[in-house]
Amino acid sequence: MPNHLTISELTSRLAKGETSARQATQACLDQIQRLDGQVHAFLHCRQAEALAEADAADRALAKGPAPADQVLLGVPIALKDVIAARGQPLTCGSKILANFISPYDATVTEKLRNAGAILLGRANMDEFAMGSSTENSAFVTTANPWDLERIPGGSSGGAAAAVAADQCISALGSDTGGSVRQPAALCGIVGIKPTYGRVSRYGLVAYASSLDQIGCLCKDVRDAAILLGVIAGHDIRDSTSVPVPVPDYVGGLARDIRGMRIGLAKEYLIDGADPEVNRAVRTAVETLEKLGADIVEISLPHTDYAVAAYYIIATAEASANLARFDGIRYGLRIDGADPIELYSKSRGAGFGSEVKRRILLGTYALSSGYYDAYYLRAQKVRTLIRRDFLTAFEKVDAIATPTSPTPAFKLGEKLEDPLQMYLSDIFTLSCNLAGICGISVPCGFTSHPKLPIGLQLLGKPFGEEAILRLAYAYEQATPWHLEKPPLARSMPVTSDFSLIDKGHLGPVK
Amino acid sequence: MSAPSFDIHYIAHLARLSLTPEEERQAAAQLGHVLDYIEKLKEVDVTGVEPTAHPFPLTNVVRGDAVSPSLATQEALRNAPSEENGLILVPKIVE
Repeated sequence: MPNHLTISELTSRLAKGETSARQATQACLDQIQRLDGQVHAFLHCRQAEALAEADAADRALAKGPAPADQVLLGVPIALKDVIAARGQPLTCGSKILANFISPYDATVTEKLRNAGAILLGRANMDEFAMGSSTENSAFVTTANPWDLERIPGGSSGGAAAAVAADQCISALGSDTGGSVRQPAALCGIVGIKPTYGRVSRYGLVAYASSLDQIGCLCKDVRDAAILLGVIAGHDIRDSTSVPVPVPDYVGGLARDIRGMRIGLAKEYLIDGADPEVNRAVRTAVETLEKLGADIVEISLPHTDYAVAAYYIIATAEASANLARFDGIRYGLRIDGADPIELYSKSRGAGFGSEVKRRILLGTYALSSGYYDAYYLRAQKVRTLIRRDFLTAFEKVDAIATPTSPTPAFKLGEKLEDPLQMYLSDIFTLSCNLAGICGISVPCGFTSHPKLPIGLQLLGKPFGEEAILRLAYAYEQATPWHLEKPPLARSMPVTSDFSLIDKGHLGPVK
Repeated sequence: MSAPSFDIHYIAHLARLSLTPEEERQAAAQLGHVLDYIEKLKEVDVTGVEPTAHPFPLTNVVRGDAVSPSLATQEALRNAPSEENGLILVPKIVE
């Protein structure tokens, strides 16, 4: 079934006329229909519009090969519900925007449309991108397709689950402290966070403006390279977007990795991590060494302060960014005796508890008397963290770490203690603080139950080519990218239950 | 050891967030816990270190002073809670 294909496989088959955009889109919609009652990856699915876009793609394909810039022609893609698409909901997983319809496209959405992609729907997320488990969505909780009692990761959990479950070909998410890479790791797919400023944030609802980046959730590294190539680029509408030319990420993938230097930071080999995770990552690094990379021991001395620095900086920036949700121009409005009461009641009713926690923490960190002790100090620690990385990158081309210290934990397991949830981001946060790039690629599974483990490769600023190349070499030398969750296996859309019992034999491609 | 005077009620007012007494109690406890953890930032020697506001500092990012198409009024108003004659209705601010 075409929903099981990657971007490169699907576009190849479309070019040969072996399948159609409509078939691919219908297959994704069928998969959503079949699985989403259990997975809950989607908040909104636009069936009629997506099929109409598919038909238009088919008409274009009938005229001849897709133009060079339409690398996604006929490919169904999902968007995390924090990325604006004109005429579509933009809830950010929050009640405060439950009825909000976006009047404009994000730059990345425009780029996807121009590349011929089909926009399938809106993926579930932690409210305002605040969370690591997608349990903070105001609407539904997404489940991990590998084990429905476990989290898919967060905050881009819906997008990651949708890709892992073959409900779409690929998806865009956002990453402020790991929210693309960590769910990718937990769902067994590829997730890349570009360097800060590589991809435009215009149309991305802001959580922490100096940390946010839009990232790609894909079935393999080649797809990540393709999708990154589409969305990357300078944008005058985002004043933090950096005018650096976009290289040919796909063309550079298969280049030799011999002699590339990979750093292992001793601070990242921690006791608190799951031993199977540590083992899988160590084995992955050995594989890279066999493929010709040199392994170099490095130190990132300020690693231990990353979580603390992040939760001051991100929450401080969030408290400013979320001030716009005041019930006046858009969003939920609850009347009050005066404007202040209107703001308080609207925000009190519209925001969930994690969002409120972070706004309160951020407000405190910025408040008079505490600004120097918290926010300013955290920003100085941030400088030290960035320096650690830049120094390390003088000796290495990439740094290898586990993406997450544990595989997917059970739903509800970390809800009581926010701090425990925060600490689970230890390996991904520094990347956003330092403004560098990072990719997570599958590197194995835990034994019982079978849950995905992710290897993270961190790269220098605008060093996406290097980490893509290393990730590709590793992926092609291992079987992980061919494995899919049993749930995703295609079955005929039928009520013949004996067929369902038979299951399916082997990977479906 | 809890962070010095984390007055949840005052902070909630600054943030224009209405909290139930139960929410206040829970938030105060949870955030007190988080703030205790964040105290470790005080261990770091930050003498002479400049703060990083942005990972890739760009300066004077401006565009030319030229009129270009923007969002149409009706589009901008489509999500307004209360609207009339192309204006968003808001509660009275000044008596």
